[in-house]
Amino acid sequence: MTDILMPALSPTMTEGTLAKWLKKVGDEVRSGDVIAEIETDKATMEVEAVDEGTLTAILVPEGTEGVAVNAVIAKLNGGAEAAQPAPAPAPKAEAPAPKAEAPKHHAPAPALLEKDWGKTKTMTVREALREAMVVEMRADKDVFLMGEEVAQYQGAYKISQGMLDEFGPRRVIDTPITEHGFTGMAVGAAMNGLKPILEFMTFNFAMQAMDQIINSAAKTLYMSGGQMGASIVFRGPNGAAARVAAQHSQCFASWYAHCPGLKVVAPWSAADAKGLLRAAIRDPNPVIFLENEILYGHSFEVPEDEDFILPLGKAKVERAGSDVTIITFSIMVDTALKAAEALAEQGISAEVINLRTIRPLDIETIAASVKKTSRVVSLEEGWPFAGIGSEIITTVVEHCFDWLDAPPVRVAGVDVPMPYAANLEKLALPQPGWVVDAVKKLF
Amino acid sequence: MAASPDKARKATKKPADAMSMEELLNAYERMLLIRRFEEKAGQLYGMGLIAGFCHLYIGQEAVVVGMQHCLKDGDEVITSYRDHGHMLACGMDPKGVMAELTGRIGGYSKGKGGSMHMFSKEKGFFGGHGIVGAQVSLGTGLGFSNWYRENDNVSLTYFGEGASNQGQVYESYNLAALMKLPVVFVIENNRYAMGTSVERATASTDLSHNATPWGMPSLAVDGMDVLAVKAAGEQAVAHCRAGKGPFLLEMKTYRYRGHSMSDPAKYRTREEVQKMRAEHDCLDSARKRLEELGVSETELKTLDDGIKARVQEAADFAQTSPEPDPAELYTDVLVEG
Repeated sequence: MTDILMPALSPTMTEGTLAKWLKKVGDEVRSGDVIAEIETDKATMEVEAVDEGTLTAILVPEGTEGVAVNAVIAKLNGGAEAAQPAPAPAPKAEAPAPKAEAPKHHAPAPALLEKDWGKTKTMTVREALREAMVVEMRADKDVFLMGEEVAQYQGAYKISQGMLDEFGPRRVIDTPITEHGFTGMAVGAAMNGLKPILEFMTFNFAMQAMDQIINSAAKTLYMSGGQMGASIVFRGPNGAAARVAAQHSQCFASWYAHCPGLKVVAPWSAADAKGLLRAAIRDPNPVIFLENEILYGHSFEVPEDEDFILPLGKAKVERAGSDVTIITFSIMVDTALKAAEALAEQGISAEVINLRTIRPLDIETIAASVKKTSRVVSLEEGWPFAGIGSEIITTVVEHCFDWLDAPPVRVAGVDVPMPYAANLEKLALPQPGWVVDAVKKLF
Repeated sequence: MAASPDKARKATKKPADAMSMEELLNAYERMLLIRRFEEKAGQLYGMGLIAGFCHLYIGQEAVVVGMQHCLKDGDEVITSYRDHGHMLACGMDPKGVMAELTGRIGGYSKGKGGSMHMFSKEKGFFGGHGIVGAQVSLGTGLGFSNWYRENDNVSLTYFGEGASNQGQVYESYNLAALMKLPVVFVIENNRYAMGTSVERATASTDLSHNATPWGMPSLAVDGMDVLAVKAAGEQAVAHCRAGKGPFLLEMKTYRYRGHSMSDPAKYRTREEVQKMRAEHDCLDSARKRLEELGVSETELKTLDDGIKARVQEAADFAQTSPEPDPAELYTDVLVEG
């Protein structure tokens, strides 16, 4: 008897929907036969059989959602080569993984000084991004979405799922793989008054278009003496995903934040994603909107109010504390909150600031917090040298030097290209323990 | 869909029929304005009143003036850093252009852009871009905006034969042809990318064939003859306006001056330049044609004097307009609010 396991079909997939069985119990299965269709966090994929034999049991009926990767979904009776054991899966998969739930975040502390938007509903970051685009596109016909696989494929990460149907091919536009060209084209359209949302499949690919983003989008307003600018959003996943190695895992926050003429936004929660993306689309300036692939499937509470929007340039205190301030953004907010939890157990009260917008930096919120706690740690996934942490700490020193009880400390990703091996990758990215250790050095 | 490589086209109209006498007179006046303006700019540069990079358009005037005669309100124009001629052809005020060259508040960009970076939304001029080839993708985006809005405006996207080797130019051909965008790609082949001749830079020097892989129609045009430019331009613009997609024009032209003011021009002989000036000058041929059509020398002299006066007025303005207020340093970085 051979187990057929739920396969992982994308680097970030932890679970999927078993959409359809194409074989039934009693069918002969040959290697390469398509046996089922599985919906992942990115797309609907066909599952091909590796082993041969007779399908003896289907353990997960079609239509089942949230099937964890490596769960046994069917059993195969060996056929002629039945003695052949199943190819050894990765060691950790010996026992089916417990049903993986996409992490659901509960607001750890009430937002401070944040407008109360009333009733909320649970949604993923992915859904929140889509809702933001859909709502803004309904409201303004000059707004459109363009990028690789955004239309017919429904989005490489399914962010734009269903949008082609609603808005048609003139407003949800597939491009060839030609970042430099289509970025210039989008900027040109923006200079002529349209409001493009340009999706990069990942920000790594935007490096091919860096000249158009900086030299054309960011500088034209200034070079034209204020006559002509570009209201455009460049968005897509940024930073490390999972096991995709050096060329696909890099945080570009400090690259873009360096440049005048750009705003740089990095949402963490679904509420951030929705509220900030709406604001970014409405903003008359070029906005770099740095998403995180791993967060796409995470769920958060988001206000139901149809006017819900968040201001650019305002940070959020995600957890109030009195002994130390941890300043971070994007997925590292998770790491900071876990560290704060661990610190609380050791009697240290940490305040966690989610920057939300990196440029312009919310100095007011940072300074108010540091003046209260007198200790500060910056945390980012990107590299330490000339990183966002350098900017945060300089800002703190400039504004709160006399309030500091200890030298500020930065925690960042390790200063190497991202390795592929699982153990090395884990060693390269900041863990809650690193933050705990950094904080404890301040006392 | 794909065109055969020998889809070399012929203009459907003879150059001689491309313009009425009034149009030709108007074209001559604009070409002369550009010539005199550029000569004055060269002079002011020599006097230290204009600084930085300054790329003169002298010799190439027929291209931009002939093409401008094919446009209507709402069409867009975009080009590289050799942009003074394009701005004047678009109808931008010579005073504002010259004052930008001198870095004064009366310049089109309040003195913050300089020679290479000027814009006029009102006149449909979208720059003035300093990165070689970048304006081609941007110009494709201007065409995209017309396609998006479903109007019949056309984007005239100019670039040199040097820029035509940039990857994003090929990306733009593909995007425009794929999406059937109304973009006329105008290669101003003045033979030298700074000091590198087209033969030393491009494997196939017949640049009108660059259109072929994308099934885009194209024409190779005598860019020293404003009538030939107008005839070809009309055909290209009509094609785009009719929603048939992009069109490529290779304008065979020549710049008399160096690449920029600081170019010693050792890469070509003085004789080569003299020969072009003597035998192919766009002003000479237009003037000859006008005389044949019965325009008197006195009329041409009056026109000439009028232009000299306008250029002098621009030069005076550019020297008397104040420098930008120091507070301007911080404005126009972001749109506020």
